[in-house]
Amino acid sequence: MSDAKTDSVAFVRTKEIPQQPAPSNAAGPLKWVRDNLFATWPNALLTVAAGYVIFLILTSTLPWILGGIWTTSSLAECREVLQGKSAACFSVLTERWNQLLFGFKYPSEFYWRPTLALVLMFFALAPVLFFDLPRKLLIITVLFPFVAYWLIWGGTIFIPFFALVGFAVGYVVYARYVARNFALGFFGGVLGAVLTWYISGFIIGAIAPETPVLGAVPSRDLGGFMLNMMLGLTCVSLSIPIGIALALGRQSSMPLIKWICVIFIEFIRGVPLITLLFVASVMLAYFFPPEATVDLFLRVVIMITMFSAAYIAEVIRGGLAALPKGQYEAADSLGLDYAQAMRLIILPQALKISIPGIVNIAVGLFKDTTLVSVISMFDLVGMIRGPILASTDWNGVYWELLGFAAVLFFVVCYGISQYSQWLERRLATDHR
Amino acid sequence: MSTLSDPPKGSFRLSMLLNDTRYRSMTLQVIAAIILALALFYLYSNLAANLRAAGLNISFAFLGSPAGYDINQTLVEYDSQSSNFRAALVGILNTLLVAFLACITATVFGVLAGVLRLSNNWLVSKLMAFYVEIFRNIPVLIWIIIIFTIMTAVMPSPRDFRGDDPASSMLFDIFAFTNRGVYVPGPYFTRGIGGADGSALNWALVIATLAVSFFATRFFTARANKIQEDTGVRPSTLWSNLAIWFVPIVVLCLIMGLSWEIPALKGFNFSGGIKIGGPLIALWFALSIYTGAFIAENVRAGIQAVSKGQTEAAAALGIRPNRVMSLVVLPQALRVIIPPLISQYLNITKNSSLAIAVGYADITATLGGITLNQTGRAIECVLLLMLFYLVISLSISAVMNVYNNSMKLKER
Repeated sequence: MSDAKTDSVAFVRTKEIPQQPAPSNAAGPLKWVRDNLFATWPNALLTVAAGYVIFLILTSTLPWILGGIWTTSSLAECREVLQGKSAACFSVLTERWNQLLFGFKYPSEFYWRPTLALVLMFFALAPVLFFDLPRKLLIITVLFPFVAYWLIWGGTIFIPFFALVGFAVGYVVYARYVARNFALGFFGGVLGAVLTWYISGFIIGAIAPETPVLGAVPSRDLGGFMLNMMLGLTCVSLSIPIGIALALGRQSSMPLIKWICVIFIEFIRGVPLITLLFVASVMLAYFFPPEATVDLFLRVVIMITMFSAAYIAEVIRGGLAALPKGQYEAADSLGLDYAQAMRLIILPQALKISIPGIVNIAVGLFKDTTLVSVISMFDLVGMIRGPILASTDWNGVYWELLGFAAVLFFVVCYGISQYSQWLERRLATDHR
Repeated sequence: MSTLSDPPKGSFRLSMLLNDTRYRSMTLQVIAAIILALALFYLYSNLAANLRAAGLNISFAFLGSPAGYDINQTLVEYDSQSSNFRAALVGILNTLLVAFLACITATVFGVLAGVLRLSNNWLVSKLMAFYVEIFRNIPVLIWIIIIFTIMTAVMPSPRDFRGDDPASSMLFDIFAFTNRGVYVPGPYFTRGIGGADGSALNWALVIATLAVSFFATRFFTARANKIQEDTGVRPSTLWSNLAIWFVPIVVLCLIMGLSWEIPALKGFNFSGGIKIGGPLIALWFALSIYTGAFIAENVRAGIQAVSKGQTEAAAALGIRPNRVMSLVVLPQALRVIIPPLISQYLNITKNSSLAIAVGYADITATLGGITLNQTGRAIECVLLLMLFYLVISLSISAVMNVYNNSMKLKER
């Protein structure tokens, strides 16, 4: 090979060939279609089958939805307009819109109040959900529960006002003493709040006006999608602090505290929500003092809160367990006591890890609020199955109503899960 | 010799109960115990006072008295004169039935959707993503009601099957879908042992045969594994296993004369065969597709959790592509998939309590529904109901813990 002639090359290109466009079947949409839809024979068959399924779904639902009637006042009228064609009678939604949202007993002249509460809810949730917003907005979040209570239930403003005052007093006491000792601050705060509420009970009795600015609405008049939203929001926000306490209790080195928490969590997680709702509707009243009448809404809130607290506790326990042991040891070596270590070192990290899990629980819980229709509360599903489908005007309009409920829940739940995924990406501070 | 590090041996002071870590946890637990006891006593005294005021007492004697209501779908013999306990038993069996059926179909749906969602085919994976999102984000109660509505409002009534040119006809002439339920052919034995009433015995024989086949295949597979470990050559087990599964059961059915009772329209309704009520189908199907969406996510996460290096390592070892899945990826994926899968089964069992919304007679609808309302024994009924579900969940958790311990990565 060494004697191979090196000068025998007949032609050497001195200029680069101009770049050619890729063959049409190796680039652009055609290549995409080939790679992703018709890569192999089985794959092509799958594509055709899937396309056929989509075609079937669309041809059966689209004409029905697009040909829908929106402006009649009863099913009979709607059928007359349709003249035997198969199309949706969406007019049940327009005619019963307020009932679907607010229930059938909520006074119609007060509809603006829950609507306003809903608008305020967005402002109150915004600073919690998106922490880039100015922190001053948190004031709305703090005030929101009291304002919303006053708007939805009406009655004298002094009840939510003094409830707020009680919390304020508790917070002031807590902030005053927490530097000395967490337990002192915490229990001092609780004591201060309870004392304030006890005293204000007499004050409210003395100064409450005969006719309040906002007319009072009893809880049994609440209904519709509003009820689902209220139950979901109230129970999730109440159950997060309880869940944290339960998770910490379950990790405690004190056997008694640990076992109380374990038994509570495992008991609640072992039974279906519906049995807990039965407890709320038929059994819980036996455990209150004989002279007390606790209304069904509050009893349901208590039971659902216990339910979601147990699940949230397990999620947070996972977060606590996922923290490296070094974090606990570092907190100890800095000389922090238990409350300080938890508040300043452990919980901020553990909660960050648990946020996606908590959001999942929140979505599940919001879906589960439809179960209250089983104990004859008229939430969205209860309204549809009860007053609306039973009325003579709309007896037999299943798909429009059930589809509406499904769409409403889908929008909210899908929105929350998308938010959770965004938050997960946002909070991923490691593994850059 | 005493050093500086010895703790001071001062006398005990009261403040040490809170400030000394040796005593503090004891103090806190005593306080917690006192608060717990006070709370329990408060609840108990309220309960006692309320019961006294209402003239009630806690007694489980109602379980023995006649239930007085009918149940349309029962697995054991039951009539309205049977006891409340019997009604609860019917409910328990119905709960277990629907939970068992739904677990199987949900697994099938979930595994299919989960695997297809990872498919290279864009359309199929998007379709599966759509399925998962739609079903996960809409309450299961709404799905149950939707399917129940299909079962009652869309299906034809038995009347439509009548006449020379009926509006509806039976599928393959053996299945009848009506708004009163689905009728399917029912198997029975013409030459069974023990005559006409021996059907339970016959079915026990069938199950025993299947069990023997199961253990026999286990034995042969274990033997094949041992031979493979000793000699490196694996004897083929496919045909022997197939034979062990099918030959005995087919022979048994031929001997006992298995035949099928086809449902037929008699009078105003179908009779013969097995009737599967609309509520059962609604609950079964809704729980299956709803939970299937969650299982699909678990399956997808499990398969994705197996790192790509494992597949590449298997390929580097020269394992053929179709064996990579079964020998390398799946065993590792199953470790991730099975714990959430079992908790989904638990969810199915708990969600089956929604049967009460469509009138399927499960334990919640019998014991917690009609019996509770008729006897007024709210506390006893709800307690028994919770006890039942607790037993189910705790036993499933126990199984899961045993499994997790056996599958745990053995390291160090």
